[in-house]
Order: sequence, then C-alpha cells, then structure tokens
Amino acid sequence: MRPFEYERATDVAHAVTLVAERPNARFLGGGTNLVDLVRRGVETPDSLVDVTGLPLAGVEEAAGGGLRVGAVVTNADLAHHPLVRTHYPLLSQAVLAGASGQLRAMATVGGNLLQRTRCPYFTDLTTACNKREPGSGCAAREGFTRYAAVLGASEHCVAVHPSDMAVALAALDARVELTSSTGVREVAVTDLYRLPGDTPQLETVLSPGELITAVVLPPPPAGRSRYRKVRDRASYAFALVSVAAVLNVEDGRITTARLALGGVAPKPWRAAAAESLLFGAEPTAEAFAAAIDAELADAKPLPGNEFKLDLTRRTVVAVLRRLHDEGATA
Amino acid sequence: MTETTAPPAARPVRLVVNGVPTTLELEPRVSLLDALREDLHLTGTKKGCNQGACGACTVLVDGHRIVSCLALAVQYDGREVTTIEGVGPHPLQDAFVRFDGLQCGYCTPGQICSAIGMLEEHDHGAPSAVTDDVAGPTPLTRNEIRERMSGNLCRCGAYNGIVDAIESVGTALDEEVSA
Repeated sequence: MRPFEYERATDVAHAVTLVAERPNARFLGGGTNLVDLVRRGVETPDSLVDVTGLPLAGVEEAAGGGLRVGAVVTNADLAHHPLVRTHYPLLSQAVLAGASGQLRAMATVGGNLLQRTRCPYFTDLTTACNKREPGSGCAAREGFTRYAAVLGASEHCVAVHPSDMAVALAALDARVELTSSTGVREVAVTDLYRLPGDTPQLETVLSPGELITAVVLPPPPAGRSRYRKVRDRASYAFALVSVAAVLNVEDGRITTARLALGGVAPKPWRAAAAESLLFGAEPTAEAFAAAIDAELADAKPLPGNEFKLDLTRRTVVAVLRRLHDEGATA
Repeated sequence: MTETTAPPAARPVRLVVNGVPTTLELEPRVSLLDALREDLHLTGTKKGCNQGACGACTVLVDGHRIVSCLALAVQYDGREVTTIEGVGPHPLQDAFVRFDGLQCGYCTPGQICSAIGMLEEHDHGAPSAVTDDVAGPTPLTRNEIRERMSGNLCRCGAYNGIVDAIESVGTALDEEVSA
C-alpha cells in the first residue's frame, strides 16, 4: 500500500483548509471505498483528511418540514433513524439495500454520494480505463458489460454510479450542501454528477477542496413510495437495475409520479420523460409501460446488457403497480 | 507501482481493546485488522479478503460491527474495540457449537462478532432490506437473520447452522425482554 499522510480535521473550516493546503489530498469518510482503492493503487492520494470527527453527524428536522442530514451520519444511522423510517421510508429502503451491516455502520452519507464506480475495469490496473487514466481507452465497452450503463454513457466510459442512496435522494428532490473556503452552496443531487462525455474522470461538479457538509430533504412528497433493487444475488450485491418510485393517485388520475433509476446510468437517473407522461394519466399497467418506454427510447445498450432494458421496464411497471394497488386498498 | 515517498512517521494510536487501554505506534496505512493481529497478537480476528467483502475481520467498535480490514487504525484513535477474544462468555459461542454453525471455523469469529452487533441493532428497532414496512416492528425471522448477516460469508456453507444458532439466541433474548 502506497504511503500517505493522515490528518484528523477538527471543524469544517479546518478540513477544507487542510485539503486546500496539502498537495494531492483527499477527504476521508468511513473509508469503505477509498481505503480499498488506495490499497489497490487505483487512488493515489498523498494525504487523507479524516472528516468523520466533524460535527456533522446529526439528523434534524429542517425549517419548512424537511430533514437535514449531516454529511458524516453513517448509512446505518440514517436508515435506522425514526424520522427517516417514518417520513422517508424510500430512503431507508434504499440505504438498507446497499452493502452489508458492517459497511453501513462505517460508510458516511457524503462518502456514499462520492463513492467510485465498481466497473471492474476501473479497479483493474492492467486494463484501459479513461476514468482511471484519461486517454487510455475503455476496456468495458467490448468486455464484460453486464453491469455497464444503458443511459447517459459515452464512447469513452460506460461505468454506472453504484449508490442506492443517491437514487432515492434523486427521487426525493434532495439537495446537497457544499462547503469550500469561499463559502457554502447547494445543488440538487441530480446536478451533483456529470455525465462522462469525453472527460469521465470528472464525476461531479465539486470544485477541488469542496466538501459535502449536508444533504437536505424537502418535505416528503404525497403518496406511497418504494425502492426495489434487482441484482445477481439476494443481498449484498450492486444493482443490475434499481427503481425508486413515488406514486399518488387522486380521483383516478396520477397526481404525483417520481421515478429514479439506479444501475443503468453514470449517475442516479431521474426519469423525467416517464414522469411527465405519468402525471395526469390513469394509473394503468399500460400507462406505466408507456412511460418507462419513453424514458428508455434513447437507451444505448451494449452487447451483453440489452437485458437491462426489459428488466428496467418490468421492474418499473411492477413497482408502480404495487404502489397503486397498495394505495387502492389502504 | 513505485513508491516515491518515504512512509510517514508512526504516531501513537490509543485503543481500548477488550477493556484494556493500549497505545500503539502506527503509521497511517496500518489497518485496524493488522494492528490487532500483528501488533497486539490478537489473531482471533481473521483476514479473509482484505477488501470488505467477506466479513471474516468483523469486530465491534463502541458496540457497532465493522470490518476491520477497511478501517485505518489511526481513524479509531480513542475508541473501544471488542474482538472475539473479548466477547465471551457469550451464548452465541455455545449456540454455534450446539447448532453446527461452522465447519472449518475461519469465518466464525467474524460471524459471532457480527451477530452480536446485529442483535444489538435489532434490539434498537433497526429494519433491514427484507423488512416490508421499515417504520413498523421487525420480528427476527430467519429471513431477517439471513439478510442482516449477508456481510459474513462462509465458504463451508454452514449457513443453516449459523441461522439456527443466531435464531436460538435472538429468540431467547426476545423472550427475556418481553418477560
């Protein structure tokens, strides 16, 4: 393992100053992804600034009825929190669908959002990867594509974002608070990430040294919600396809439809085209299928992952039907 | 990969391990797992995959289960660590023997530490990925045990015995609470 310096930040200003001052420094959260990547030589920081001791470990009701989640809250504490379980069950479900009990007890909310792709070529130093080594090529496109993207990818990179939490946050219209030495700003979770284009090494809109300090949830949307993850084994695996959905029906018409997809794109994919078709429609299986078909119209599967289109379609329809049926019998 | 920089100096890391305060001199890249095994000679905690995938290195930190292979020891300065050497006597140890919850035994220390942490989480009302209503109560069914223990692999395939062992202790704890 390549050597590195380590410093424990005492407050947010200290943390952003340390990363700005130190050459090639990175923030360190729970370490469940970064420590592994450093050990493998995929990430090569000279310095790690530990942010887990910062006073950002609270889950609090926000003004206006939402929820403010500190960036170093662990995945476990977030998923188990009574306010989250009661008011944002979609978020609890998504977080619990990811990793294992041990990893959720270590991983932080900020770190979860900034975790790197699990594309096998990204972590294999013997293969070409534009994300790891810009300009080297993409071994994934003509390799093992089962986990690769079908939406939003480019000829330079087909890696998917692995977070379950981010998919639920996208469906919930969550925002991310970013702090740097020059101030504090907020961006929507869906705007936090860049599509790969010809610069797949640039994954987010974060400036160098900018730190995620909180996730802010607006009041929960009306209706029922559900996170469903389809994967190669029943637990402790990354998604082939995942769906975060919110549905509300009044007088036979859909009044709220939120849909976000995981496992299919380089970022948590908010299915805006599908949502606009669902809004105002009758909640039928045909309408659900037509909506997701519209979303997938621009999909570009690779040889070996065409199955994701049908799997996405069937999963979305099944989740929406279930939400509608539950709402009808509630 | 060539290493161009000299390792940074070791620094004191204070840990309370199985109730005993200790100070180790460690450089930042030493994992908690290696500190326990190589420096403190507590070899009950096992190194399996060394990448967070198998759970063999599970220990408890301040009562929470973590994988010690992905934990930098310096990050845990000042914390209380419990390893398999420090959990006993615990009813899960007897239950794993009684219900054949092991064959080769390599994953067993991690399984037991993980199960202790898992039962504690469940006692505090934590739901899981197979809990239908995450806001409601979560009875500790076999399906719940399997999901909550999915971070611990057993290559001998002693899973049925492991679930039996945990179920026997979890049920006994439930009865104790409701009695």
